[in-house]
Amino acid sequence: MDINNRGDEQLELLKVSNLEVHFAARQGFLSSLLNKQPKQVRAVDGLDFSIRKGEILCLAGESGSGKTTTGKAILRLVEPTGGEVCFKGEDVIAFNRQRLRRFRQEAQIIFQDPYESLNPRQTVFSTVAEPLEVNRICKNNEQIEERVIEALTDAGLSNPQELFLRYPHELSGGQRQRLAIAGALVVKPDFIMADEPVSMLDLSIRAGILKLMVDLRDQKGISYLFITHDLSLAWLVSDRIAIMYLGKIVELGSADTVIRQPLHPYTRALVSVIPVLKRVMPSDKKLLQGETPDPVNIPTGCRFHPRCPEAQSRCREEEPLYREVMPGHYGACHFI
Amino acid sequence: MSLLEVENLTTYYKLKEGYVRACENVNLKLEKGEALGLVGESASGKTTAALSLVKLLPDNAEVRAGKISIEGRDISRAMEDELRRIRWKEIAIIFQGAMNALNPVRRVGDQIVEALRIHEKMPEKEACLRTAELFEQVEIDPDRVREYPHEFSGGMRQRVMIAMAVACNPKIVIGDEPTTALDVMVQAQVLQLLEKLRRELQMGMILITHDLSVVGETCDRVAVMYAGRIVETGPTEKVFENPAHPYTRALIAAFPNIEGKRYLAQSIPGNPPNLLNPPAGCRFHERCSQIIGPCSEKDPTAVEVSTGHMASCHLLGRL
Amino acid sequence: MPSSVYSKDNLRLLKKNLRSFWDIYRQNTMGLIGLCILCFFTLLAFLGPRLVDVTTYVVDGVTQTMHPPVSGYWLGTDNLGRDILAGVVIGTQVSLLVGVAAATISMTIGTVIGIVAGFYGKLADKLLMRFTDVFLVIPWLPLVLAMAALLGPSLGNIIFVIGITSWAGTARIIRSQTLSVKERPYVERARAIGSSGTHIMLRHILPNVFPLIYANTILVAAIAILSETTLSFLGMGDPTRISWGMMLHYAYEMGAVISRAWWWLLPPGICVVLVVLGFTFIGFALDEVLNPKLRRRDR
Repeated sequence: MDINNRGDEQLELLKVSNLEVHFAARQGFLSSLLNKQPKQVRAVDGLDFSIRKGEILCLAGESGSGKTTTGKAILRLVEPTGGEVCFKGEDVIAFNRQRLRRFRQEAQIIFQDPYESLNPRQTVFSTVAEPLEVNRICKNNEQIEERVIEALTDAGLSNPQELFLRYPHELSGGQRQRLAIAGALVVKPDFIMADEPVSMLDLSIRAGILKLMVDLRDQKGISYLFITHDLSLAWLVSDRIAIMYLGKIVELGSADTVIRQPLHPYTRALVSVIPVLKRVMPSDKKLLQGETPDPVNIPTGCRFHPRCPEAQSRCREEEPLYREVMPGHYGACHFI
Repeated sequence: MSLLEVENLTTYYKLKEGYVRACENVNLKLEKGEALGLVGESASGKTTAALSLVKLLPDNAEVRAGKISIEGRDISRAMEDELRRIRWKEIAIIFQGAMNALNPVRRVGDQIVEALRIHEKMPEKEACLRTAELFEQVEIDPDRVREYPHEFSGGMRQRVMIAMAVACNPKIVIGDEPTTALDVMVQAQVLQLLEKLRRELQMGMILITHDLSVVGETCDRVAVMYAGRIVETGPTEKVFENPAHPYTRALIAAFPNIEGKRYLAQSIPGNPPNLLNPPAGCRFHERCSQIIGPCSEKDPTAVEVSTGHMASCHLLGRL
Repeated sequence: MPSSVYSKDNLRLLKKNLRSFWDIYRQNTMGLIGLCILCFFTLLAFLGPRLVDVTTYVVDGVTQTMHPPVSGYWLGTDNLGRDILAGVVIGTQVSLLVGVAAATISMTIGTVIGIVAGFYGKLADKLLMRFTDVFLVIPWLPLVLAMAALLGPSLGNIIFVIGITSWAGTARIIRSQTLSVKERPYVERARAIGSSGTHIMLRHILPNVFPLIYANTILVAAIAILSETTLSFLGMGDPTRISWGMMLHYAYEMGAVISRAWWWLLPPGICVVLVVLGFTFIGFALDEVLNPKLRRRDR
């Protein structure tokens, strides 16, 4: 199956502008005694991007880049401290309780670990039926059952009725993740945030889950924010890729251009270490020194400069602007 | 004479329902300075096979059969005393998530010094010098020996564990998913370090991993395991370019290759068999797309596809 | 299409759960011993009065007093000529009732406070936990004695007093477990589908702290029986109901120790020890069965 860019240019489903999530860093006992000001963790520090209807946007980055926090802030599972999130033209941050409840049916979430994201003491049926019951979507039990069967079938689980009374631990890893997807599908969402949905699964079942997600986009027009640390996966499933580093997007563009013609030095380094099935000359890998710094102490200027192989004095002082370098291809670096 | 030779290694786990046949008839060979990748998905028996070498297994495990020899010396009957000497000094292991195994309230350097003093009976001064030397070998500033584990990042702590593993100049290092919990960039750094150490110290290395690319990038030879058995083994390039077993083929097809076309491969249908009661014949036949008559009846025997490249599949016998 | 996933299948589910629970539980020797002990006493409480003539526990002025065990009076008689065996049988009912009822009260309070404090955190947590601390630090016996004296000695009051004073430890345990459960991704998922706090507590937190509640209820029941015995022994018991503690109280008061009337002291004493042991065994076994981390590997 070939994946083309099928995002509808006109319909912007979700628009994020200048999103910020800061929180107070956990303090040591001693410093709290000394009454020090708690430091700020700038987990997400000013993001701009949008997701079109039926588009898969991938947010990629190493751990500590703030990608998961971003996803949660969009769904208001973490309260953003600044910026705007627009869903179908409405301001998500201004939603009241009632509107938020409705929003929770329109935007769903799939977690990384299918062993942890399902309640071990809830059966398959009750897991999938729960969103319907909570939101009182169905009139009667027959209707609930119909919707549950539909969702499980859509998620690629055959003979759903036989699974009704099973517990998550009685399912295989792939089945569990399909169950989690069914739990999201049952409310017929327009948008799903998938946080590393296959990183805990074996290679041989990964493809099936990814294909399912792409098929659901094709058939039902569901948009995804796909969060991953694995650039080859990002490239495989998404229409566009955004690369995050320390709470900021450093590069955003169509999947092919970001992987094949990366602009930002950080993206170039990440792309160079994407695993391939053959021996790579060490000189072909642009290994970066060290690891992502702590979001409490974000470097001045370009936040990537201490690890950047091409850093110059300007990078230390001046924060680069996030701008459209080529049509549809954004980047934040002084030298692109 | 090879550095390590394993023949017919069979390890079962006893449960109240019966025996889990975690690893059966495993044959491995490792030469000096060579890296062997043992790949398989979860529960394929790769870790069991490797840990059976030094008998670091849970209480309910039984090594049923198998001959293990290091440089021609049979260690399969070794007693606990001797095994303890073999572990670390001859076969060292880097465990998965080992970076969390450091004691958080003691200085990193002290922990290595102590290990050297107890196991190697090294005088304190010498142990300190050796620790500094090891830090240099794994590319950490030796001044950092006085720091505590929480001051080290995940990648650094994994380097410390590697330093600990190579402290006694072992002949063989077994890495059990040594880079799995790490970020891509750090993973690449750690793999490069392992490669460098292997060259410098002329160690044999067995990398246990579920990640084909780790094997592709660092190992000379690969053994693919499925449901407790080795289905294919051979030089890495040959196996990856010309996979002979349907399982290996499917695995390689499922691997995203950014140099190729954007394409979502078919996943292998079904799930790995329950090893309490594995299917008769080839263990893969229930998920295989090319089954023929004997697949569900007879165990396939290993067939040499090309020099050093073996695969166990009935299809090959017919050609 | 089966229309009743809710009614019919719930029964099947219950059966399935019970079966898988029993499969693990029966491998636990300690638990089986405890279960046997408790079954014996439960049967004694219900069937005892039919097997043993409990009308012999009366002062009739005919039966010989302070008599060691003989045929007909298998455990002897007390200073008023009452049959000790009949007393023990009647006492079983009271002791078990107090144990189960007080444990239920204590668990309900402890669970509600623990879950609410753990789940809502912040101010609710602080207030509830300080309240719990008060109950934890007040010396238990004087408090119980004072309350029992204040409320007067009736069986209902004793149950109430024991229940109301023994929940603090449970609340602490349940709270800490709630704190860990509420961080699990499935609770976050529940939030993401728009569930209310009450729904999350009932549907996700309660079932996952339930193993702890079970095991704790059983242990609290043991403590409750012991407390009832203590209270009655100290003379705070319900004088109209005979319990093991009451028998010990009379025996002690009437000089059973001095007159070496072992048949009067031992039976109620041994019963208390056995029942408490039974509950404790089951409690530990449940803890092991329901908490997979403690489950030993089969050999």
